[in-house]
Amino acid sequence: MIEATYERPNTLLSRERHTILELIVNNHPGVMSHICGLFARRAYNMNGIFCLPFGNGSRSRIWLLVDKDQRLEQMIKQMLKLEDVLSVQQHDGNHEVFVQLERFFYF
Amino acid sequence: MIIHLLERQGIRTIAGIPGGANLPLYDALSQSDKIRHILTRHEQGAAFIAQGMARVSGRPAVCFATSGPGAVNTLTAIADARMDSIPVICITGQVSGGMIGTDAFQEIDTYGMSIPITKHNFLVRSVDELLEVIPKAFCIAASGRPGPVLIDIPRDVQSGFLEFEEWPEPGRPSSLPQFKMQDIKEAAKMINNARRPVLYLGGGIIHAEAGNTALRLMEKASLPAVATLMGLGAVPSDHPLFMGMLGMHAARYTNLALEECDLLIAVGVRFDDRATGRVERFCSKAAIIHIDIDPAEIGKLKLAHTGIAGDAGQVMEALLPLIDSNLRREWLGHIEELKRHYPLQMPGKDDPSTPYGLITQVAAFLDDNAVITTDVGQHQMWTAQAYPLSRPRCWLTSGGLGTMGFGLPAAIGAALALPDRTVVCFSGDGSLMMNIQELATAVEENINVKIVLLDNNALGLVRQQQDLFFDGRFFASDYRYRPDFVRIAEGFGMRAVSLGSAVDPAATLADALSTPGPYLIHAPISADERVYPMVPPGGANIDMIGD
Repeated sequence: MIEATYERPNTLLSRERHTILELIVNNHPGVMSHICGLFARRAYNMNGIFCLPFGNGSRSRIWLLVDKDQRLEQMIKQMLKLEDVLSVQQHDGNHEVFVQLERFFYF
Repeated sequence: MIIHLLERQGIRTIAGIPGGANLPLYDALSQSDKIRHILTRHEQGAAFIAQGMARVSGRPAVCFATSGPGAVNTLTAIADARMDSIPVICITGQVSGGMIGTDAFQEIDTYGMSIPITKHNFLVRSVDELLEVIPKAFCIAASGRPGPVLIDIPRDVQSGFLEFEEWPEPGRPSSLPQFKMQDIKEAAKMINNARRPVLYLGGGIIHAEAGNTALRLMEKASLPAVATLMGLGAVPSDHPLFMGMLGMHAARYTNLALEECDLLIAVGVRFDDRATGRVERFCSKAAIIHIDIDPAEIGKLKLAHTGIAGDAGQVMEALLPLIDSNLRREWLGHIEELKRHYPLQMPGKDDPSTPYGLITQVAAFLDDNAVITTDVGQHQMWTAQAYPLSRPRCWLTSGGLGTMGFGLPAAIGAALALPDRTVVCFSGDGSLMMNIQELATAVEENINVKIVLLDNNALGLVRQQQDLFFDGRFFASDYRYRPDFVRIAEGFGMRAVSLGSAVDPAATLADALSTPGPYLIHAPISADERVYPMVPPGGANIDMIGD
């Protein structure tokens, strides 16, 4: 499942403005809405989301492309409070995962 | 199977209402000889009853509702439990699995609707999941910072069968988080070096059963202490080091002392705006030690110089041996001085026909075993200011969400959990009417609840704000028709009396409070009574209105 939104393609991946979060989560229906809901109700902009199950399918890895913002630390803490979120790792805004993905979006 | 799992969790009372989508569950409940069911008149009442049981016991309590409107009706009380960190488990019926997503009769996305207001929620998809989900729900509700859990169970899952070897272990709270000794040492050093420290206690102290530890810390280091609305009762209100509630309706001297402190030791608190006022200006000269079991609270609103994510009791126990005894004569003397000049004014305290006088008189007729619940509004703040609370888990009030309609069902829940205690619900006419149908439940179950109704025929705190901040343009805050609450209560089969028409109000009040079973005590008050002091919403705590 691939789902992504963007405003201006040429500024999508910016090391300065964005950060990439890598989440390991339990894989069941509802996990995605817990995570997206958390961002939505705290009015925190999420630019991209990319998710696939791995291993035996009991877990998924979610890549999030989000704005760099002073509230990021609080968002990570709040994500870690979700029962189904097992870990959150932060990467640079130009991490390869979305760079590779870009060619499926810009025609 | 669900009922047996609940029995194994030690659940003995469940409040709820049956309906189409949870009838299999209710059929199983009818076979239980361990669990007593309380049939409420509205699902919000059931969820608040569960809250009442959970708040006095500290253990998760359960409520039931059917799908659709039943589930939606519980949401306000679930959100309330979320804001105040109360372990409630709400089990809702859902349409059968095959009908989910078809807009079936009484189908609603309970799972989706409950995400933002629960600590966690489940939509159970098969019978075998129940063995894992039910114990896990109890574990989640009670672990760390407690909170509500909702379990949505489709009708076909409720009536399914399953063969299995062994019942799962009941869900219990998981172990408490570890904290670093280095942080403890740092905090101890800050406390020992502080000249004007204040201890700021919140609901986390109650959840952690850490009132006595807080008291020892206060006394050893001579720390003056304040409490949030949720922290009242953690330490005795008449303790010489206790300065009462802080914030929007604090005594003037309390907020002034906070403004002068050089170290704020915040334990089990979340820097709620009703406590801090304008947060940038709160304790502007102070360094901050923040101790809370929820790591996300530390640094959320105010930068903590030392933050310790841990259980309030364990952290304070670890601090105690490192804290120097200190008499702090200068700082305590200064606070005494402030208190002499700016004490909490309680006009009419000696006149039982005024709010402060009535609350004081009710307290005089009760001992500290009594459990006090309130609704939301002026009466809530007067009670918080004036009632001499001295024990934890005896003060039940809707702090974070501020839900009118909380008081009566929460009192019923408290009385169900503690049948030998007197439970008093201070309410207002506006609040009482938001869950007045539960008078029937209280009568049916012969619950020992005394409702003290401060009736000003208005939404008093709204009216007060319109007076203070909208140039006295009262609108939609006065009721045009005055209901007869004594006759309403009597109509439900409840004994009731009005102090307004009593020849000897004190004797009437004493008689009502000492009569077993439910009783409504009606006390007419003026709509022009005010709660003072008051910090204007958005203002700094030192900019109080009124004495």
